[in-house]
Amino acid sequence: MIEVINLTKRYGPTVAVDNVSFDAKAGEVLGFLGPNGAGKTTTMRILTCYLSADEGTAKVAGYDVFEESIEVRKRIGYLPESAPLYTDMGVIDYLKFIAQIRDIPKSQRSQRIKDVVDICGLEKMIQKDVGELSKGYRQRLGLAQSLIHDPPILVLDEPTSGLDPNQIIEIRNLIREIGKEKMIIFSTHILPEVSATCSRILIINDGQIVANGTPDELAGRAQGEEVVHISIRGPRAEIEAKLEELTLISDFKRVKSDDGVCGYQIMSQKGKNTAEELFHFVVQNHWSLTELRQEAISLEDVFRQLTGNESATQLTTP
Amino acid sequence: MNNIAAIFKKEFRSYFNSPIAYIFITFFLALSAWFFFRGFFLVGQAVMRGFFSWVPWIFLLFIPAVTMKLWAEEKKIGTVEILMTLPIKDYEVVIGKYLASFSLLGVTILLSLSIPITVAYLGEPDGGPILGGYIGLFLMGAAYLSIGMFTSTITENQIIAFILGIVMCFALLIIGEDIVLFNAPNWIVPIFSYLGLGAHFSSILRGVIDSRDLIYYFSVIGFFLYLSILMVTVQKWR
Repeated sequence: MIEVINLTKRYGPTVAVDNVSFDAKAGEVLGFLGPNGAGKTTTMRILTCYLSADEGTAKVAGYDVFEESIEVRKRIGYLPESAPLYTDMGVIDYLKFIAQIRDIPKSQRSQRIKDVVDICGLEKMIQKDVGELSKGYRQRLGLAQSLIHDPPILVLDEPTSGLDPNQIIEIRNLIREIGKEKMIIFSTHILPEVSATCSRILIINDGQIVANGTPDELAGRAQGEEVVHISIRGPRAEIEAKLEELTLISDFKRVKSDDGVCGYQIMSQKGKNTAEELFHFVVQNHWSLTELRQEAISLEDVFRQLTGNESATQLTTP
Repeated sequence: MNNIAAIFKKEFRSYFNSPIAYIFITFFLALSAWFFFRGFFLVGQAVMRGFFSWVPWIFLLFIPAVTMKLWAEEKKIGTVEILMTLPIKDYEVVIGKYLASFSLLGVTILLSLSIPITVAYLGEPDGGPILGGYIGLFLMGAAYLSIGMFTSTITENQIIAFILGIVMCFALLIIGEDIVLFNAPNWIVPIFSYLGLGAHFSSILRGVIDSRDLIYYFSVIGFFLYLSILMVTVQKWR
């Protein structure tokens, strides 16, 4: 349904989107993941025909976003970041305005408005002005306007940013519910969000796609390494000297040290029974073990490795 | 057509949902009535010359205030992103917004009809110049509106749009005045005197509707509407 080939967008000397290609099929919930400024919003703006690209092509539902922009726009519902709405309008007036431009026949307008108000839980707010709504309800109204023409494709830019934890869960459930029938592309920099809602993840960094796959596939990519947390009661200098000598582990990092107990994060190769070996290592040295736990490699680690921020470099350098 | 109507309705209502429309109408009527009646009884003639000579200057301040928000505000709060990703053509948005601001101006001008009614009650005015004057007001106001809308498309700051609007309208108004022409190089004088908005207005004021004046006004309006559409389109290519 969406086909993007070699898309490039520059803002002066900065390359916001660098030769990006991907496609998405009907029924997928695609998560755009990436640090701030990675090019997620720019990509979405190109897909929704708000911005042009410098190079490459993009097709939505078979229509070219540059050549047949109106046809593309008819098939997309778009919620920009932070849901910009006309604050001087009434909630119902706003939805009527969008419905009119969306060419919903007059006879069906009030039914469609009622439908999206139901879906987005706006019943209590319909008498109010947009300006009176809280952030969470504005986000819902933004979602309602993007759904009003029942589009096959939804593009949501950070739909949960700035919401409180309860609202985040509500919006996420809503996305999952809507995603059963429509294709959704949404961006976020919150990791649990994608694992909770997406069927596929694109990780973008510095304008480039660095990973593309299902949440499980991506988590599998980091499986080459294993992380074990261990806390040992014993003399710190001696423990660290002995740990240095241990060939089994590739790296370790002290995470706490108090009351004679030292906690370490230990990196090693997968499949070497690191936890068991560490247990013997502690017993042989006549220290005592206060904690030993194997950390599940999560999407978070993949994300940090691929987007290369500081903590990721610490983790991977031997 | 449907899209233009939707934009028109939304913008026109938004003028009346905020204080802008009321402030604009009240101050315009108060100022124009004061300038008119101040001299009216002294002269003792049933003419509206005083009124029509003041209105261009009142418009100069008020019309950019009406148009400044049309695009600048949308860009500032980001609503333009939803608007321009709806299935609507750029020119439809521009025309819809322009017609809304023109309608606000129309309502205001029609409300000022209380002045000629008073004049007609007190004396026997010559209808020609008054009718011509009103047509002139509509044309001049429409030209100012197109300039004001254009300055709103080039910035996201309403104050900048407002001041640029005043500057551009002012330049167009005085460019044909004698004092400007006197100091301008010879070859440019005919161009300036044709472009000057004031001269075209005063010929309509005499009650003579010349097709050259009409062509002039419609060209100014068309030119700045075209520039506005161009700016809106170009901004996608940032």
